[in-house]
Amino acid sequence: MFHWLEKRPFLFAVGVFVTIAFAGLIEILPDFAKASRPVIGTKPYSVLELAGRHVYIKNSCNACHSQLIRPFKAETDRYGHYSLSGEYAYDRPFLWGSKRTGPDLMRVGNYRTTDWHEHHMKNPASVVPGSIMPGYPWMFTNAADIDTAYAEMLTVKNVFNVPYNKPIPTKDGGTVTVKLPDTLDGAKAEALKEAKAVAADMKSKEVKDMVARGEIPEIVALIAYLNSLK
Amino acid sequence: MENRPLEYDYTVAKMFMFMAIVLGIVGMTIGVVLALELAFPGVNTILGSGVAEFTNFSRLRPLHTDAVAYGFTLSGIWATWYYVGQRVLKVSLKESSFLMAVAKLHFWLYVLVVAAVVVSLFAGITTSKEYAEFEWPIDIAVVVVWVLWGVSIFGLIGIRREKALYISVWYYIATFLGVAMLYLFNNMEVPTYFVSGGIGAWYHSVSMYAGTNDALVQWWFGHNAVAFVFTVPIIAMIYYFLPKESGQAVYSYKLSLLAFWGLMFVYLWAGGHHLLYSTVPDWMQTMGSIFSVILILPSWGSAINMLLTMKGEWQQVANSPLIKFMVLASTFYMFSTLEGPIQAIKSVNAIAHFTDWIVGHVHDGVLGWVAFMVIAALYHMAPRVFKREIYSKSLMNAQFWIQTLGVVLYFSSMWIAGITQGMMWRAHDEFGNLAYSFIDTVTVLHPYYTIRAVGGLLYLVGMFMWAYNMYKTATAGRAVEEAELKNASPMGA
Repeated sequence: MFHWLEKRPFLFAVGVFVTIAFAGLIEILPDFAKASRPVIGTKPYSVLELAGRHVYIKNSCNACHSQLIRPFKAETDRYGHYSLSGEYAYDRPFLWGSKRTGPDLMRVGNYRTTDWHEHHMKNPASVVPGSIMPGYPWMFTNAADIDTAYAEMLTVKNVFNVPYNKPIPTKDGGTVTVKLPDTLDGAKAEALKEAKAVAADMKSKEVKDMVARGEIPEIVALIAYLNSLK
Repeated sequence: MENRPLEYDYTVAKMFMFMAIVLGIVGMTIGVVLALELAFPGVNTILGSGVAEFTNFSRLRPLHTDAVAYGFTLSGIWATWYYVGQRVLKVSLKESSFLMAVAKLHFWLYVLVVAAVVVSLFAGITTSKEYAEFEWPIDIAVVVVWVLWGVSIFGLIGIRREKALYISVWYYIATFLGVAMLYLFNNMEVPTYFVSGGIGAWYHSVSMYAGTNDALVQWWFGHNAVAFVFTVPIIAMIYYFLPKESGQAVYSYKLSLLAFWGLMFVYLWAGGHHLLYSTVPDWMQTMGSIFSVILILPSWGSAINMLLTMKGEWQQVANSPLIKFMVLASTFYMFSTLEGPIQAIKSVNAIAHFTDWIVGHVHDGVLGWVAFMVIAALYHMAPRVFKREIYSKSLMNAQFWIQTLGVVLYFSSMWIAGITQGMMWRAHDEFGNLAYSFIDTVTVLHPYYTIRAVGGLLYLVGMFMWAYNMYKTATAGRAVEEAELKNASPMGA
């Protein structure tokens, strides 16, 4: 049978394809819809948080930091409650990472402050002696890309029906609404409002000056994103 | 001479050989820089703080992995395809001007994609998915390159004289089909510029899948990209080059059948072992573990088949550095495909995951198996495509030992580093509190990171020796006759 197949390249290729496609069909399809339902308290990212998430991705933070807390005592002691599938419902792409050169960041918003991040991102070893993480001083002058973040919000709302502008239940029984402005200018104004709240807790004069001028440095967006991780 | 009517055309093979050497050196140089950055963080700003954005670890890391996987390895795979394909199908590229044009287009478009990848990753334009970092415009170009290769494979098969497909061709076909399927599904993304009506960066996109689903598809891809770039086509190479160089017939046809179809069926299931203890369904994690262990069978099937091909001819391992490369590649393949399943067992994974042991595993596979096999294949090809003997046997021998030492230092230091860190993360004191802060578990790794950098540096030195030896072969090696090229490659002192 195999000798016969080896003289028929087309059938051979079909045979190979069916054999390799089999596992994907059985493993991936059945649970697909179920795994993406949000849990109570999970909300989509605001425009500034999403811009910060893009800064995180641009600098491959996920190459060294995970966002996945495994259900072990040592991990929950260190990082908080273990991860639930629904908490990732609005993560496109997922940012679990595969290597912890630095600590997990899934709930870093619970135990680090804006002030801490500001100093740490400029010079990590000044806050954590012995740290091997490089500094990211350019984030204090590069402008965050609000336009692309807004384009992504519009896209996920239109294509995946992400619930912007809708009440979302919170853990304490109330609701919260994440705003998706109608226009790009509206989005920029919203981002600046959020940025001012972050910059108010920062020390850097150049960051404060930039925000006062209506510009948003990458570091402000990144900190807004990190603070949202809870 | 009269019974050699076919004059094979190695133009495109030579072009890919050149790319494999260049991109191998580029990718591994970046690797050594990264290793030094982890051992000595000051290296992040070694070219000054002005350009630190482009020299620090986070920008270089995806460049390193992609340069080695899709630069060095793919070039090596295609260099061998444009050599082996003609020979086992008994047809020359010269016979079809169409296929020749496709092959050249394949090469030049690939070079363009490589350039686009380098620029975009330096700029921080990435989807963040490991080994699938490219944004949609590059993805489309990758698909075109891949289709061109497909046309080349099936076109050459279409005009073949040898009716039965040799084992290597099975593996090349599987590489083509496997990567095509995986790449298409994992890179399903929606360009935001078009949906939002022209707002923001034109190249930006958002993944079709969210959260856990996205992770599932990514690691179904990520694990099997390893399968179909770092395993399947490399087996295609060893099935051709080891019997050819040693003059021995493949040990067992039945074993090669079992190993091939077994590998095709089992490999795809194993992706779940990247997601143990994550939020993907438990049954899927267990399936990932089980199939990873089963994967030892077809993996060792191929490796043992290769080692037994040397039966009765083991003196060749002592005499020829080229055979040494291939036999050690096969041995590292066995080592790596035993280590992988061990790491895929849940209780071991609980410690190993997220640590440097995983990094060590990737590197004993890629440096010990993939790169050794590519190096050996291109050494074997050199006298045939340049019609000159290999410039220096002693240089090749020295390269072999330096690189072997490099791999051993690499994986042993990372193995120790990984287990050390994994144990420290979970250690508790007598009151049940965590015994170590995270930074304690980082600073303890400094000696291992230093040893790893030395290992990587030795390997890189070997790469330069390879490049030099290949260059001298092409330009200054003694001219050889066809009769000298039957089996063992002719080598100068």
